[in-house]
Amino acid sequence: MFASCSDPSTLDGFAWLACYLTSGKHMAFYASFGTVMLLLLITAPAALAFGFGGAMAARARLWPVRLIGRAYTAMVRGVPDIIFFLFVPIALDQAFEWLRHKAKCPDWSEPVRQGSDFVVCAQAKLPLSTSPQWMHETYGFFLAVLAFAIVFGAFAANVLFGAMRAVPRAQIETAEAYGMTQRQAFWRILVPQMWVYALPGLSNLWMILIKATPLLFLLGVEDIVYWARELGGSKTSIYAYPHPDWRLYYFLGLLVFYLGLTKVSEIVLGRVTVRLSHGQATLAGEAQRKAAR
Amino acid sequence: MSCVQTIADYALRSVGIGERLLPRSDFTLCEQITLIGSGLIWNIYFGAFALLFGFFLATGVAVARSSRLWAVRKPAEWFIFLFRGSPLFIQFFLAYEAFVLLPKSGIEINLIFTEITADTRWLTRAWAGALIVLFLNTAAYSGEIFYGALRSVPKGDLEAADAYGLSGLAKFRRVVWPTMLRLAWPAYTNEAIFLFHATTLVYFSGFPAWQQKGDALYYASYFADKTFNPFIPYPIVAGYFILLTLVIITIFGLINRRLNRHLPQERRRPIRFRPQVLR
Repeated sequence: MFASCSDPSTLDGFAWLACYLTSGKHMAFYASFGTVMLLLLITAPAALAFGFGGAMAARARLWPVRLIGRAYTAMVRGVPDIIFFLFVPIALDQAFEWLRHKAKCPDWSEPVRQGSDFVVCAQAKLPLSTSPQWMHETYGFFLAVLAFAIVFGAFAANVLFGAMRAVPRAQIETAEAYGMTQRQAFWRILVPQMWVYALPGLSNLWMILIKATPLLFLLGVEDIVYWARELGGSKTSIYAYPHPDWRLYYFLGLLVFYLGLTKVSEIVLGRVTVRLSHGQATLAGEAQRKAAR
Repeated sequence: MSCVQTIADYALRSVGIGERLLPRSDFTLCEQITLIGSGLIWNIYFGAFALLFGFFLATGVAVARSSRLWAVRKPAEWFIFLFRGSPLFIQFFLAYEAFVLLPKSGIEINLIFTEITADTRWLTRAWAGALIVLFLNTAAYSGEIFYGALRSVPKGDLEAADAYGLSGLAKFRRVVWPTMLRLAWPAYTNEAIFLFHATTLVYFSGFPAWQQKGDALYYASYFADKTFNPFIPYPIVAGYFILLTLVIITIFGLINRRLNRHLPQERRRPIRFRPQVLR
C-alpha cells in the first residue's frame, strides 16, 4: 500500500502495524465485509418475495396450491436450518446440472449416479470447467444466496401469513361493500395494512438473518470467517509479516462488527415501527394520535 | 454385513464404543441411519445439559436485569446483549480460540499456603468448551424471556403476597417465581427447541471432532461428502430432529400442565410452536 512497506522486516511498532493492516490479503478481508453486506442486501428482498409468494399460496383457494404453500411454510419447523444450508446448495447444483445434462446430452447412455459419483457430460457442468475463477466464485455465492432466500422465505411466509390474517376483517368487508373485487381488496386494502402487523416478526427475522451470515463460511464462500481464520493463524518468518496466533483478536473484531450491526438495526427498526404505526387502528397508532393532540 | 451387526458396531460409535473405523465405501441405508442416530447422542447431551444449567443462570440474569441497582442491572443487560446480539457461530469460534490460547500446561494458582495447577486442556474439547458456550448462550436468551415474564407478573398477585405477610425470598420463591415460569413457559419451550437445533453447529465451528466422534450432522455431512448424494443423509437427520422436537414438546407440555394446574381450564395457555431460527 504505502511505499515504506516494501521491506516490512525493517519496520516496527506502529509503522509495522499500519503496513500489516493494509497488506493485500487484509484488503481482501475488508472486501469480504462487503460480501456479507451484499448477501444481506440481496437475500432480504429475495426472502421477502419468496415469503410473499408462500403466504399467498397458503391462502389460495385451489387446494393443491394451498398444500404447496402450507408445506413450504411448515418446512423449516422442527428441522435445524443449518441442515437446509448444507442440503439446498448441493441439491440445487445437482438439479441444475442434471437438467442441463438431459437437455444438452440426450444421447448419453450411462446413469448419472455411478456408485459414489455424480457424473454429467462436460457441456452440462456448471459453471463450465473452462470458465474463469470468478465465475466459479460467483456461482457459489449465487447458490448460497438462493439457499438463504429459500430458508428465510419460509420464515417470512409464516410471518406474512399471520399478518394477513391479523388485518381486521371489517376492513375487507368495507372494501367489498364499495364494490371492489377480491383481487382489488387484496392489493389495495390488505397489503398496505398488513405491514404494521408483520413488522415485529420481520424485524426479528432480519436480526436472525444477520446472525446467520457467518454460515456462508460453511458453504465455501470466502467470507469474513474464512479470512479471519486465514489471517489470524500464526505466521512463521517465511511470511512478510510473521506473528503468533492472533485468531482470537480477529474473531473479537467480527464479534464487535456483529454487535454493531445488531445495534444499528435495532435503532433503525424502532424508527420504522413508529413510522408505520401512523394512523393505524392499533394501540401504538392510538397512542401517537393522543400524543399529537 | 447384516443390519443387526451394523447396529452393534456403530450405535455407540459417537462416544467411542464399537468399531473404530467408519464405513468407507458401499454405504448401506442401515449404516447411515445407525451412525447418524449415534451422533444424536451428542446433540441430546449438549442440549440437555446446557438447558439444565442455563435455567438457573437465566433466572439469576432475569432477576438482576429487573434490579433497581445500576451496578447489578447493567452487567445483566450487557450479558444479554453480548450473547443475543452476536452469532452463535462466532461465539463458538471465539471461545475455541480463547481456550486454545490458555497455557497448555495449566494455570498455576498461587494460594498462600500451597500452589495448585488448574488443568485447562479439557476446555478445548467440544464436550466442555462447546457446552460452556451453549450454556451462556441459552442463559442469555432465556434470561430475556424470563425478564419479560417477570415484568408481566400480575400486580394483584404481588399485593396478595404482601397481604399474606410474605416478603423477600419467600415472596419470590412462592409467588413471583412460579408465576414467572408459568408465563414464560410457552416461549421457553421454543427456546429449548432451538437450543437443540443450535447444537448441530458445534462440530462445524472450530471445535474438532476428536477421533471422528461427532454429532448427527457431522456424520450426515460425512456421508454426503463421501457419496456426493445429499438426498439420503440430510433427510435422515431432519427426521431425527423432527422426532426430537416432538419429544421436547411433549415433555415441556407436561411441565406446562403442572405449572397451570391451579387455573380454570379456559385460562390455560397452550404451547404454540413459533419459529425463531438461529442465533
